[in-house]
Amino acid sequence: MAGSYDLIVIGTGPGGYVCAIRAAQLGLKVAVIEKRATHGGTCLNIGCIPSKALLHASERYEEARHHLAGMGIEVAPKLNLAGMQAFKDQGVKGNVDGVAYLLKKNKIEVFHGLGTLQAPGRVKVARDGAAPEQLEARSIVIATGSDVARLPGIDIDEESVVSSTGALSLPQVPKRLLIIGAGVIGLELGSVWRRLGSEVLTVEFLDRILPGTDAEVARSLQRLLMKQGMSFKLSSKVTQITKNGAQQKVMIEPAAGGAPIGVEADVVLVAVGRVPYTDGLGLEAAGVQLDNKKRIVVDARYQTNVAGLYAIGDVIAGPMLAHKAEEEGIAVAETLAGQAGHVNYDAIPNVIYTFPEVATVGKSEEELKAANVAYKVGKYPFTANARAKVNKTTDGFVKILADAGSDRILGVHIIAAAASEMIAEATAILEFGGSAEDLARTCHPHPTLTEAVKEAALAVDKRAIHA
Amino acid sequence: MPIEIKVPALGESVTEATVGQWFKQQGDAVAADEPIVELETDKVTVEVPAPSAGVLTEIKVPQGGTVAVGAVLGAIDSGPARADAATPKAAAGPTPAPAPHAQKSAAQPAAPAAPKPSPAAEPVGDGAMPPAPAARKIMAEEGLSAAEVAGSGRRGQILKEDAEAAVARRAADQAAAAAGKTLPASMPVPAHALRAPSGPNDAAREERVRMTRLRQTIARRLKEAQTTAAMLTTFNDVDMSAIMKLRAEYKELFEKRYHVKLGFMAFFVKACVQALREVPAVNAEIDGEDIIYKNYYHIGVAVGSDRGLVVPVLREADRLSFAEIEQAIADFGRRAREGKLSIEEMQGGTFTISNGGVYGSLLSTPILNAPQSGILGMHRIEDRAVVRNGQIVARPIMNLALSYDHRLVDGREAVTFLVRVKEFLEDPQRLVLEL
Repeated sequence: MAGSYDLIVIGTGPGGYVCAIRAAQLGLKVAVIEKRATHGGTCLNIGCIPSKALLHASERYEEARHHLAGMGIEVAPKLNLAGMQAFKDQGVKGNVDGVAYLLKKNKIEVFHGLGTLQAPGRVKVARDGAAPEQLEARSIVIATGSDVARLPGIDIDEESVVSSTGALSLPQVPKRLLIIGAGVIGLELGSVWRRLGSEVLTVEFLDRILPGTDAEVARSLQRLLMKQGMSFKLSSKVTQITKNGAQQKVMIEPAAGGAPIGVEADVVLVAVGRVPYTDGLGLEAAGVQLDNKKRIVVDARYQTNVAGLYAIGDVIAGPMLAHKAEEEGIAVAETLAGQAGHVNYDAIPNVIYTFPEVATVGKSEEELKAANVAYKVGKYPFTANARAKVNKTTDGFVKILADAGSDRILGVHIIAAAASEMIAEATAILEFGGSAEDLARTCHPHPTLTEAVKEAALAVDKRAIHA
Repeated sequence: MPIEIKVPALGESVTEATVGQWFKQQGDAVAADEPIVELETDKVTVEVPAPSAGVLTEIKVPQGGTVAVGAVLGAIDSGPARADAATPKAAAGPTPAPAPHAQKSAAQPAAPAAPKPSPAAEPVGDGAMPPAPAARKIMAEEGLSAAEVAGSGRRGQILKEDAEAAVARRAADQAAAAAGKTLPASMPVPAHALRAPSGPNDAAREERVRMTRLRQTIARRLKEAQTTAAMLTTFNDVDMSAIMKLRAEYKELFEKRYHVKLGFMAFFVKACVQALREVPAVNAEIDGEDIIYKNYYHIGVAVGSDRGLVVPVLREADRLSFAEIEQAIADFGRRAREGKLSIEEMQGGTFTISNGGVYGSLLSTPILNAPQSGILGMHRIEDRAVVRNGQIVARPIMNLALSYDHRLVDGREAVTFLVRVKEFLEDPQRLVLEL
């Protein structure tokens, strides 16, 4: 036995490394196993972080091309895609190195290789060019995350037909980019390449974009994206992609059935979601129970049906979000240390980093209607917000849903240039069980976009000042 | 579409319950009205039916948690599966699922380091402010319910400092109790008096079992009755010859006619009702500075069950026939064993009969079932040598005990009551004639 630990975490994505650090803080002896050369999982390496770098850079490019002149700044921007990719890579490196530093600082032992469960409390780490390592631990946490979901009959070669991974590293701007799936990944990467010059067509099976998001918000975002030049084909499905030289011929059929049409594209991005990643883990041999979507089944303490074996993040049920996995990681670490561990799934924010951004927390109107909850709506547009007016970023609104009886805030939905930063306030008040009036009586700095949150809270009681 | 499973109204004066067994686990399909969880209340165990058909998506309060009426126990998703299940082709990216914690299987407290279940850390009802997040964690770890912590935040919210103060206060109470400090008489004994540690060899052989809610209630109410009432007991004995003769004579006919055995209880109920009519103080209760005389006769009959003693009430006992009384008692006994008695059936008694005789008791001093003022204790029947007409003869004798609240029942009244019961039982014809 190479080593014996209180806790071994398999996977150092946002769920895994946070779990490991919290457990180490609480005095546990912790080891982590990572298959990649770098830590941070999908999020830091090929997901949230690199996409945000490209979103930020491409937004600056678009700003330089179209908006700076309006502020009296005259420039003639020129795209250097390789330079932009280097900017992205620096951002990724800064973040993954940061995780490595944090693991070291917390005296967490790192094993690089593929971890496989051998027996309860025992893991083998297979390493390239070296003998496998045998580790044992009182508790093991599976935090192996998720992988790109594929479509039957459509091969992803990461060159002409790409997943999000390939779409983050295209060597040149495709003239025509066809995206399958109008979820968060499709809309974000579509925005990047549209800003850099691609014609973007997004095909979505459902009759709306962003399923699960408040419908009014999704409709507004779609309108705004179309105004920016993105095209959508809703209620449609891609049935076939054939290579035609450098071109892809994509057959699109109405979701309900009917005559297909053919569309040409240079690159096709498959963005139909993600599936739990459990390959090579040895779950079957260990007898770990999975549900019908191949997710690991856990109890309220994130323990699987095998004692001492836990799972968190994208490999279990719930939204596939880095911050959800982090909270679960903390909860498991604290539970293992004898504390109460708990995740409040009613207060997990969700952000879409388009322009404007969409950020939501709590219930949508559709969910409240379905649950027969009587609610009040307070809405406030950014066209009436001072800061948005001077910045000329008046697209979007804040919508607050509050219980009709108790006034307790049930959901907050924001479309705004800085929605991702604004949602934190809403999440905090949701976590504290606050009312719309509580928010309305909280002083907000002027002039900021956050004043729109306060005004929307006032609007719940029909007394917005600036409307 | 999540539908909340709430704690139903549990009957008058019952405000909270302990969550018992969950019959369903998270992810299980349930039919509408199918029992999904058991609630133990002060008086009975109640099964909570599913509010609708669907899938049990969430168990908010695990077994052992304390919940108030109206609190949310969990949720059922009644709707069909989300649309993404039907879109293998071109569905969207990882969009938020509306029920994030769906399909996690039920909580099995397995880890040895498992924290105590959080009793009332979850928000209660619609308008209530839930405890602040940090306070919620402390309460879960310390097993504190929202009722045990005074909130000082906006609209009474329990803040971190409130939870910490409650923990500190409890520790101080325990220390005071351990130090044997005399507490003022008005102060209740701290609930968690610190127990002196057992010897190292003994500790391992002890078993710590949490009291059921029923047991806690029995304990609390018995002690309350002892503290409140000026309780004392008077005794007598009764010659059961006449009743035994009557029973022997008619038992077959009675059973044939009414499909229930003719036992002793009906005689005792009848005798007590008649005696209560004559001595109304025993059927009364004290309310502040008033005495409430009740001109109705709801007789509680203590019934043993493996969950503890329960006291279902024979309502309007003065209007019931022998057969109706026997049938009702047989039904109570059966349902008590099954845990199916409702709370309403155990409320509103005016006098209680407790039969320790079935367990062989020779003599006992029963404790009042507050706020009642009298309780009759029955005991075993045994042949004893007694003197009748100058002759020593063997007769089946039962000791009777009447515990009463001397604050409103005079000694003369108590003794008279017991003598009247004795007279009715020794000469059952008096019951017919109401003499």
